[in-house]
Amino acid sequence: MSEKVLITKNLTKKFGDFVAVDNISFDLEKGEIFGFLGANGAGKTTAMKMLIGISKPTSGSATVAGFDIYKQTELVKSNIGYMSQKFSLYDDLTVIENIRFFAGIYGLSDKEIKEKSDILIEKLEMKSEINTLVASLPLGWKQKLSFSIAIVHNPKIVFLDEPTGGVDPASRRLFWDLIYEAAHNGTTVFVTTHYMDEAEYCNRVSIMVDGRIEALDSPFNLKKQFKVNSIDEVFHQLARKATRQAD
Amino acid sequence: MKEFWIYIVKETLHILRDRKSLGIMLGIPIMQIFLFGFALTTEVKNSQIAILDNSKDLATRTIIEKFEANRYFEVNKSLKSISDIEKAFKSGKIKLAIVFQNNFRDNLLHSNKAQIQLISDASDPNTGTTVVNYATSIINDYQNQLTQQANLPYQIKVENRMLYNPQLLSSYTFVPGVMGMILLLICAMMTSVTIVREKELNTMEVLLVSPFNPYLFIMSKAVPYVVLSLINVTSILYFSKILFDIPINGSLLLIYFESFLFISVAVSFGLMVSNVTSSQQIAMSLSQVGLMMPTLLLSGFLFPRENMPLPMQLISNIVPTTWFIIIIKGIMIKGLGLQMLWKETLIMLLMLVFFLFISFKKFSIRLK
Repeated sequence: MSEKVLITKNLTKKFGDFVAVDNISFDLEKGEIFGFLGANGAGKTTAMKMLIGISKPTSGSATVAGFDIYKQTELVKSNIGYMSQKFSLYDDLTVIENIRFFAGIYGLSDKEIKEKSDILIEKLEMKSEINTLVASLPLGWKQKLSFSIAIVHNPKIVFLDEPTGGVDPASRRLFWDLIYEAAHNGTTVFVTTHYMDEAEYCNRVSIMVDGRIEALDSPFNLKKQFKVNSIDEVFHQLARKATRQAD
Repeated sequence: MKEFWIYIVKETLHILRDRKSLGIMLGIPIMQIFLFGFALTTEVKNSQIAILDNSKDLATRTIIEKFEANRYFEVNKSLKSISDIEKAFKSGKIKLAIVFQNNFRDNLLHSNKAQIQLISDASDPNTGTTVVNYATSIINDYQNQLTQQANLPYQIKVENRMLYNPQLLSSYTFVPGVMGMILLLICAMMTSVTIVREKELNTMEVLLVSPFNPYLFIMSKAVPYVVLSLINVTSILYFSKILFDIPINGSLLLIYFESFLFISVAVSFGLMVSNVTSSQQIAMSLSQVGLMMPTLLLSGFLFPRENMPLPMQLISNIVPTTWFIIIIKGIMIKGLGLQMLWKETLIMLLMLVFFLFISFKKFSIRLK
């Protein structure tokens, strides 16, 4: 039996009468790439915020990276990585300064920071850009750098909130190479996306509608189950049932 | 401690990257010193005066000589008739006209009642008052000489002594004010803006997901501005010394200690502002309206508190700069020590505790 890095049971979040996330339960395995899909307002972001420890669930339970999200928030935080589309990095700091700062927050020693940043720079082929301000990097590079920094402390699981928004398909492809590599090295990847072609790259995908998980399986099985040719069509079949308005 | 250091390095880099703002923050205090020292002085030097002497006797001549000898006055012209006075003022050159009545000396010696009329240009009330005060003191001076010579048993002696600042040098009083304003502006505004910026750019969210220490992080934001402000204190003191020869009669160490306390108050106010707003724009205007205006208008920096209506005086008590200015004036000009200023110091300390209490109470680790 493989290792479970994330277990949620009946996780629920209510804002007054409004049930944003309604009894979701699922498990993630080590090294898995898990696509977390849903229309705007389906409750993806709220669910993710509970899992990364910045929003308290109303009920239900969850362990992330082996730690309870109620009682061991600090341990959860040390063992996860997070990257959001809304934020890449500090624009007015250089590449290396960003790496040092974020690695430093996660408590890496000076020696580790040095080693890690050398490897990272090497891998991203950014040696000549090491002292460039992040503001002047192309968006695709920023995203790759941002992802590499999010996993600089070897988290058990990394949460990506629409990580590839706004870049061309070629850049997205390069970004996904990084995701595959991280997963290959044992980091579980939890990713939300609006690009259905990206959903096809995942080991498993879940589709959220009105706060509930309506489907959860490998892309292959989902397509078989819904008798369609793409995840895109699966998504549309499910999303059509939604009664909630997008926010 | 290492974590704290990492934060401070980052904040310092942010400030160093933004050269323009850094230049402004370091340049403004020096510019202000120049401005207040040279341009906005309320001191009246070389005021042109006109004299209408209807008596032309020994007494009036002596008084006029006294005016001519005084460095604050320059006798511009002698007038021939009452109607010339208005013309002289309208030409805009003179600040004061002195009119001696007929038979001035005779009246003075025999009936003890001689009259001099001082007419001043009060379109600028401050200058007008100052000029009249100077002139009155010169005339009183003459009167005293006279009464002493005559040995009269009853004499009215008006003594007008200006304590601590006998020449009424205005630069003495503007230095503490400039200091208060600059420190407040930089610390409160910049601290609040830099925290709110992290909210606006969503970097706060990323940090909240990491195992960072929010209290250390917030404190680290203040550190570079505290250092910057202490540099500003130094440059303000330095330039006021070399340009205007303003003395520091009290302890320099105490000035730095009180400045540090005041900076802390400003920073904690900035923290409070940053907790209640989520946009840099609002944070900036809140700091400006909440601090700049009261500092300029109420703290006694530009307008003496004694002249304010009672409600305004009461409000001025809650402006931190009010107390800072009293303290710095006390140390610089009167050479007071902490034993004379403990009350004001305590008030600032209480303000600090209050602001910090509110900020930490409102600071939430989880996002809403």
